[in-house]
Amino acid sequence: MSDIAKVQNAVMSASFLKRFGPWLLLALGLIVLPFFFSSNIAVYTMNLMGIFIIFALSYNMLLGQGGMLSFGHAVYFGLGGFMSVHFMNYIEADIFVVPVVIVPIFGGLIGLLFAVIVGSFSTRRAGTVFAMISLGIGELIASCSLIFVAFFGGEEGISADRTMGPEVMGVDFAQDIEVYYLIAVWAFITIALMYLFSRTPMGRMANAVRDNDERIEFIGYSQRKVRFISFCASGFFAGIAGGLFAINFEIVTEENLNALTSGVVLLMAYIGGVGFFVGPIVGAVVFTLLQTLLSNYTEIWQLYVGVLFVSTVMYAPQGLTGLIAMHIPAFKMKRLRVLAVPYVRAGIPTLLLLAGISGFLETIHHVRSAAVGETTMSLLGIEFDTHTIMPWIIIAVLVVVGGYLTKTQMPQLREAWDEANAPLKSDEGGAS
Amino acid sequence: MFELIFFSLLNGIVTGLLLFMLASGLTLIFSMMGVLNFAHASFYMLGAYVAYTISLYLGFWVGLIVAPLVVGVLGAVVERYGLRHVHRWGHVAELIFTFGLAFLIEEIVQFIWGKDTKAYHEPEILQFPLFTFFGQNFPAYKAFMLLISIGIFIALLLVLTRSRIGLIIQAAITRPNMTAMLGHNVPLVFMGVFGMGCALAGLAGVIAGPALGTFPGMAVVLGSIVFVIVVVGGLGSLGGAFIASLLIGLLQTFAIALDYSVSDILVAFNITTDAESAFRDLWTLSLPQIAPILPYLLLVLILIFRPTGLFGKRES
Repeated sequence: MSDIAKVQNAVMSASFLKRFGPWLLLALGLIVLPFFFSSNIAVYTMNLMGIFIIFALSYNMLLGQGGMLSFGHAVYFGLGGFMSVHFMNYIEADIFVVPVVIVPIFGGLIGLLFAVIVGSFSTRRAGTVFAMISLGIGELIASCSLIFVAFFGGEEGISADRTMGPEVMGVDFAQDIEVYYLIAVWAFITIALMYLFSRTPMGRMANAVRDNDERIEFIGYSQRKVRFISFCASGFFAGIAGGLFAINFEIVTEENLNALTSGVVLLMAYIGGVGFFVGPIVGAVVFTLLQTLLSNYTEIWQLYVGVLFVSTVMYAPQGLTGLIAMHIPAFKMKRLRVLAVPYVRAGIPTLLLLAGISGFLETIHHVRSAAVGETTMSLLGIEFDTHTIMPWIIIAVLVVVGGYLTKTQMPQLREAWDEANAPLKSDEGGAS
Repeated sequence: MFELIFFSLLNGIVTGLLLFMLASGLTLIFSMMGVLNFAHASFYMLGAYVAYTISLYLGFWVGLIVAPLVVGVLGAVVERYGLRHVHRWGHVAELIFTFGLAFLIEEIVQFIWGKDTKAYHEPEILQFPLFTFFGQNFPAYKAFMLLISIGIFIALLLVLTRSRIGLIIQAAITRPNMTAMLGHNVPLVFMGVFGMGCALAGLAGVIAGPALGTFPGMAVVLGSIVFVIVVVGGLGSLGGAFIASLLIGLLQTFAIALDYSVSDILVAFNITTDAESAFRDLWTLSLPQIAPILPYLLLVLILIFRPTGLFGKRES
């Protein structure tokens, strides 16, 4: 082999790794995760995570990539779920026998169908008009679901049995872990498809419409058509997520298509970061963890989620992924070490402050909601009496000391940040 | 039949005017900032809860005065330290901020006051039937609600069209830069109008709390309806909001009062239906049943065929 061929080969394998490395890693991760987290609650959480990842990514096709703010995305998720539940019942009744594995496709198709119907008139404009139509449609379908009992099952919803389908390779989906692999495969396929969609000329045009729809018209594209196609694709993937939800929980109710679920998906995508493809994935993972783990420890977890959401919108509009991405320039210049000590110095007091605040909230909540006479509560394994003065003093000290130290440590953190992100010496005096 | 129409008309107007108290603030805020405030109904809920707490110690009438002020100040604080901060990230971020705020306020209300319905009642002085008509009572409290709503409507009209403050507000809405050049503090005007709008919503909450119930879901119940009104009436149009409020109020009360169903029509045409078919819900569909979805149907239809709303001039 000549030298040139060797170099070419090396370049090829490098670009191959760069292109497919993350995907191989994702596939590997999805396969081995259950070996590390094998308890029931862990598998339950991971199943929910997978479903929400697909759902949040489909939502980001609208908000992040297409610039369409939707308040009714749960409609497509919920309708996909209902369709899949009905299909599972058809399978059970031998009306239409297919393996359960491909049921989510039907969920996706019903999501697509409704997206075509709604998109045909709602995608004419982005912005407030689109947001309001999506809100109206969302409320409309949610109210309809309580009226048309034959299809939606009223308040108790529709349930089904996922084990009744013909077995594929000896798997009947009686175990949650089998469903996990089903969801993992679907998640991998849909994540890849949605990523590829964002790389097509169509996906690029969606970004262009988001950034400047007037200019698009001058170039010769129809902003409406571009939005319509994004909208339909998004509805399809949301429907698939709904179908997986139906298989996982074997029940779908009105709650899965109402405004609350629409809000949750917006929350997940935004907390994760709508500007990045992986943002909604991060958001879905974080939200599911908060929902399943935090709710074990505290009753007011939704309050924390609300605070997290509002502070994300206010201080980190790029989301959690954006916060990580902020460090890439410093990382590339190998200066992350500069930030380590300042981060620790500012981080510890901040943690104290947060611990104080959440301790305050928890204690107040306990005092107000506990049964009469029950005054002991335990926080992080520490038991104390809420009706004595000591816990309150500790909380006050935590808040005051933590708050004060956080405030005093901020300038040095900012200084270190500027230092880490300062242009390299060789850049100075250049064309800048 | 006549008594039905009479009472539905009265109830519809009471509901409509109550809705207008929310919608007027919302539409004013929208025409200023170009942002639909998702948390507007949350301020209505806060009004009810604050008034409830005050009424426990000082009585209903003190709550009626103080609670809207408290809510108004809260609203001004939200505008000053929240919305203005988010403004730099653009309109979508502002919309999402108010959405998150609505979520947060609901959680905070549940944290402070708990999840159960509060026993917030009208004052005893108003607990009597004002008049009896065809054997049906019309409670005095509803007349009181009507009176307050009309009073607010007239006051708002006078302030906006006849006073110097109203002049500056209108100028700040249409030409903010020009108004600032003339030496008016436009951000302060914005903060004031936001606070006023929230105070109005709070007042609506104070008087609606005893009638419609004070519970953590009350913002959600009314929130989307107020949106419908503002959009149907035409974004930024006060007159449109007024007409749409009455329209929605009447639509809802009449749809509940008139018990007609699809099967009645079918019977009139001698068509029989199969009680077991998959469309059975369609045949038994009745007007009270679809009453909750009528406003949304109206919203979607208006947005499709007349995106500017009934009286609006601009789309977004």
